Amino acid sequence: MKATRTRRARSLLAVPALAAAAALVLAGCGSRAGDSAEPTESGAAASESCIDTSGDTIKLGFLNSLTGGMAISEQTVSNVLHMAADEINADGGILGKQIEYVQEDGATDWPTFAEKTEKLLTQDCVAAIFGGWTSSSRKAVKPVVEENKGLFFYPVQYEGLESSPNIYYTGATTNQQIIPAMDYLAAQGVKTLFLAGSDYVFPRTANAIIKLYAAELGIEIVGEEYVPLDKDDWTTQVSKIVAADPDFVFNTINGSSNVGFIKAYYDAGLTPETTPIISVSIAEEEAPAMGHEVTGNYASWNYFQSLGTPNNPGFIERWQAYPDSSGVTSDPMEAAYISLYLYKALAEAAGSFDVDEINAAAAEGGITVDAPEGVVTLDGENHHISKPGNIGRINADNQFDIVWSSDGFIDPDPYLEGYDWFPADVRDALVAAAG
Amino acid sequence: MDALIPPLLNGTALGALLLLAALGLTLTFGQMGVINMAHGEFIMAGAFIAYLTQLVFTSSNISIVLALPLAFLGAGLLGLLLEVGIIQWMYRRPLDTLLVTVGVSLILQQIALQIFPAQGVPVESPGWLDGQVDILGYAWPLRQVFTIVLAALCLAALAAWLKYTSFGRRIRATVQNRDLAETSGIPTRTVDRITFFVGSGLAGLAGVAASLIGGTNSQMGTQYIIPAFLVVVAGGVGQIKGTVIAAWALGIALSFFADWTTGSMAQVLAFVLVVIFLQFRPQGLFTVRTRGLT
Repeated sequence: MKATRTRRARSLLAVPALAAAAALVLAGCGSRAGDSAEPTESGAAASESCIDTSGDTIKLGFLNSLTGGMAISEQTVSNVLHMAADEINADGGILGKQIEYVQEDGATDWPTFAEKTEKLLTQDCVAAIFGGWTSSSRKAVKPVVEENKGLFFYPVQYEGLESSPNIYYTGATTNQQIIPAMDYLAAQGVKTLFLAGSDYVFPRTANAIIKLYAAELGIEIVGEEYVPLDKDDWTTQVSKIVAADPDFVFNTINGSSNVGFIKAYYDAGLTPETTPIISVSIAEEEAPAMGHEVTGNYASWNYFQSLGTPNNPGFIERWQAYPDSSGVTSDPMEAAYISLYLYKALAEAAGSFDVDEINAAAAEGGITVDAPEGVVTLDGENHHISKPGNIGRINADNQFDIVWSSDGFIDPDPYLEGYDWFPADVRDALVAAAG
Repeated sequence: MDALIPPLLNGTALGALLLLAALGLTLTFGQMGVINMAHGEFIMAGAFIAYLTQLVFTSSNISIVLALPLAFLGAGLLGLLLEVGIIQWMYRRPLDTLLVTVGVSLILQQIALQIFPAQGVPVESPGWLDGQVDILGYAWPLRQVFTIVLAALCLAALAAWLKYTSFGRRIRATVQNRDLAETSGIPTRTVDRITFFVGSGLAGLAGVAASLIGGTNSQMGTQYIIPAFLVVVAGGVGQIKGTVIAAWALGIALSFFADWTTGSMAQVLAFVLVVIFLQFRPQGLFTVRTRGLT
């Protein structure tokens, strides 16, 4: 009897200890995401390319998170890549070869992105890889694709300060999304601004740039708040916005945390009439999922479904008719659509699928894609594309009325070298911090 | 003084949400020693039930009220299924239960991702929760008052159930000495099942409250599971009054730290506090005294 009691007493103590340990283990999982995965040493690495161009097909790799938290966004990217591949194939393929794609699941896990990149390049011998969404996934892919001399096409707006000979960026860099948004605010006579962001590299870098540019424009930053990406509760931070009473809120929150922010914003009695929000991550797909109508608030993107460009109606029509369509078009999926056509243009200019020849064709300049957002031009040096800056105001149908557009297309400047107010030491510090 | 009002009220509301998330765990974890890592996904189930109720009864004014009993029932049945299907084979093997329920939570997340749109579903607040009440100059969102009232009602109902009903006495008897309870003719298996049903059902109610605060999507449960466990452990396993105090204290701490620093720092500081507290009081605020032979 005595023995039994002792065992029970011990197991009672062990239970809370176990739970605490489990909590710590799970909490640890989050931080693992930040570490960029080192590419595994491989015999195939740095060897001659194994791309097979002998048949009448060319193999491409699509690497998107189809499971886990980022499936929310990346499933659409995967679907639109499939649509673009179907279109190109129906039109005769690339250099007369039909695209044969290998779809891999990045599983919202950055080491998996690195592993699958290596697999796609060395085992499937794909000519190029398309995908990724988070900056962490791109940073996991980067060393692997560089070491194996592959090509990676990244379709999402990001924090800039990067350029790799093995990566092509078809989303906006900061001078094509953040800076146009600030230009718009200045033109509206905004004097005070509150920054609300998720706590990771994109919002932190974007806000560092915003603060410097705001000083230049004479806009006062009256508050800056971050909440971890996986936390939805914004109540306390929104009460600080109420107290600061800014002219505008600059929102760099990402994912479902946006829903918590929007709910807390309206719950606290804030409205777009008095304290409008300008967002860089709420697009046509996200706007109806907020659990509150967001009419009257703003977003800064390059592409909107409502754009009146010549190619847009056809793009929307084809997407809506596509079997796995989400019904609306949006900026990141349009950028993903561009990425496959950009690869086609590059391969055709080079007359080859060879990575060095493609990069040489890019460096020669003059590569353009007639995209839904307009004719975009590739910068052969930094591997980004020119884009129009557009500000949209959300209407009752969760579409965006374009209220402001940049003068023509904005050339990509990922390191913001053309902006005097961006000091070199800040640039170096940010590049070093981003790893 | 004025500066203290918003974090105090917001912290109380956050504490109420944590309490709702943790209340079910005090039963399943406290009573049965089951570390159910799928508890967060029962919260998710409650939130999705709130959304489905809203689809059927288009007016969010009514649907949120109807969603409460439905979410309790739905999440409760899900919990019962887990107990009958898996957990009943693993009593007194806490490590195995931990691993299995982590697996179950991943399965439930993926199922939700397959059924519902990936970017989440919108659950609208009822019109009668729009607006604020003025508390000493701070416009306090009504939705927070709702969370507190809901938590208080659940707490009162659970406490009364445990204290005044014969079933509650059986649960307490089982907690205090399972072997003796069994010898006295208490069907501990049935007690376990019903306890698990009620504990999971409470997670469903937390889900309805959570759907009004943040996003309703496949990942939403993960942000509540760790704070909920910490609240239960810090409060003293199986102790409702400890859970209440710990939830409120954690809510207040998070809110004040967020007010003084940033949302991210607040998480760090609050959990450092919990860790320090558990160093000095590993058994939590209150402990169950088991009456065995010494």
